[in-house]
Amino acid sequence: MTNGLTLDGLRSLLAGPFNLELLPGACAAITGPSGSGKSLLLRMVADLDPSDGHVSLSGRDRNEWSAPDWRKQVIYVSAESGWWAENVAPHFTADWTAARSLAERFGLKKELLDGAVARLSTGERQRLALVRALLLTPSVLLLDEPTSALDENSTEQVETVLREYLAAGTSILMVTHHGEQARRLAQQHYLMAAGKLKAA
Amino acid sequence: MNAIPLTPVDVATAASLLVLDAGLSLWLNISVHRQLFIAATRMVVQLIAIGYLLKLIFSMNSPAATLLLVLVMVLVAAREVAARPDCRFIGGFNLAIGVGAVGFATLVTVVLALTTAIRPSPWFDAHYAIPLAGIILGSVLNSASLSLDSMLSSVSRERPAIEAQLSLGSTYREAIAPLARESVRRGLLPIINQMSAAGIVTLPGIMTGQILAGLDPMEAVKYQILLMFLLSGGSAIAAVIATYAAAWHLTDDRGRLRLDRLK
Repeated sequence: MTNGLTLDGLRSLLAGPFNLELLPGACAAITGPSGSGKSLLLRMVADLDPSDGHVSLSGRDRNEWSAPDWRKQVIYVSAESGWWAENVAPHFTADWTAARSLAERFGLKKELLDGAVARLSTGERQRLALVRALLLTPSVLLLDEPTSALDENSTEQVETVLREYLAAGTSILMVTHHGEQARRLAQQHYLMAAGKLKAA
Repeated sequence: MNAIPLTPVDVATAASLLVLDAGLSLWLNISVHRQLFIAATRMVVQLIAIGYLLKLIFSMNSPAATLLLVLVMVLVAAREVAARPDCRFIGGFNLAIGVGAVGFATLVTVVLALTTAIRPSPWFDAHYAIPLAGIILGSVLNSASLSLDSMLSSVSRERPAIEAQLSLGSTYREAIAPLARESVRRGLLPIINQMSAAGIVTLPGIMTGQILAGLDPMEAVKYQILLMFLLSGGSAIAAVIATYAAAWHLTDDRGRLRLDRLK
């Protein structure tokens, strides 16, 4: 078996089958119209939606992992971030100083981390949700339109950090609406149409 | 001292208040007189029917008949629990939760009360078992339906938050724990309010009834206290079962959140 993430005939009633191989440090970008199944694919890989077929990481089948362990290694960052406490701080269990410095690199003001979630803008939430996931140093990141709410400058800051993670061996499978972003980050390009994935 | 028997004339005199209500409704153009009339008629017919039924069952002196009536009452209550929430499970699981929560909570509290505290002989004597089951069912129904509604609606509403936690490696149990706690608390609020207000804001129904029936107030109070304890026990059991049965049915062996099981 190979290193990295392998999808072999992954499918649900609504989409697939998908076959894909993503080596450590590689980035694959998926573009395609809304509702074509892009988010569904990411959710299936993260095991948030039921699916058939095989998924493995570093040659180890997904079913050999406990579901929480799998999701911690293969983290799905949704387009709309979810928050479960009133303040920002309780959402970060990992190293607090690391959280601060990463947030700062994303152009976020320090005070934001001490405040309430309700006071964050959509773009700030999006970046903090990404910080939250990056701090767990997963093997694979499943990013659903990671910069959809960001301006050019912030997008660049985020991409710089993502490149560092790629260089350190994290794989990224991302859904994006920006063809430019796909070209900047990814080596593998796919087009999703009506629940089927085509190399582009 | 004994209960003062009511004559048909006494009841008819009280019914004249209903005519007054209807008159007011017409005069002030509130147009509730029709509903009022229908509700009053239903109430009279239903109560007379249950009166005859109870008379019949008391005279039959058969545990099977008593059990049958209690089961019918449980089923009707379970249907209410199932029908209340806006979000419902596909395929009748709401009703299963209703039957489980209401049935188990009622059974446990009624049997406990009849075999330890009240101890009629035999313990399943219909004179005690049926009214007791009725009182407990009312409270248990309330708790189960509030908890179930709270759990289903909060999980639907908090889907992004729950899935964000799952994505970061939390277990399903961890992710829904605060919502489950809140749902159980919701289900217990009515009985907590009822106990806090008892004697100050309200004179509870059983106690009032027994005092009207000629019982010494202190004896009536003791009965009421016992009942309140039974009700809080039953409510807690029903709230916990409704909440966790719903939570359990919203996930699968991979700890996913399965909102697709809701309509």
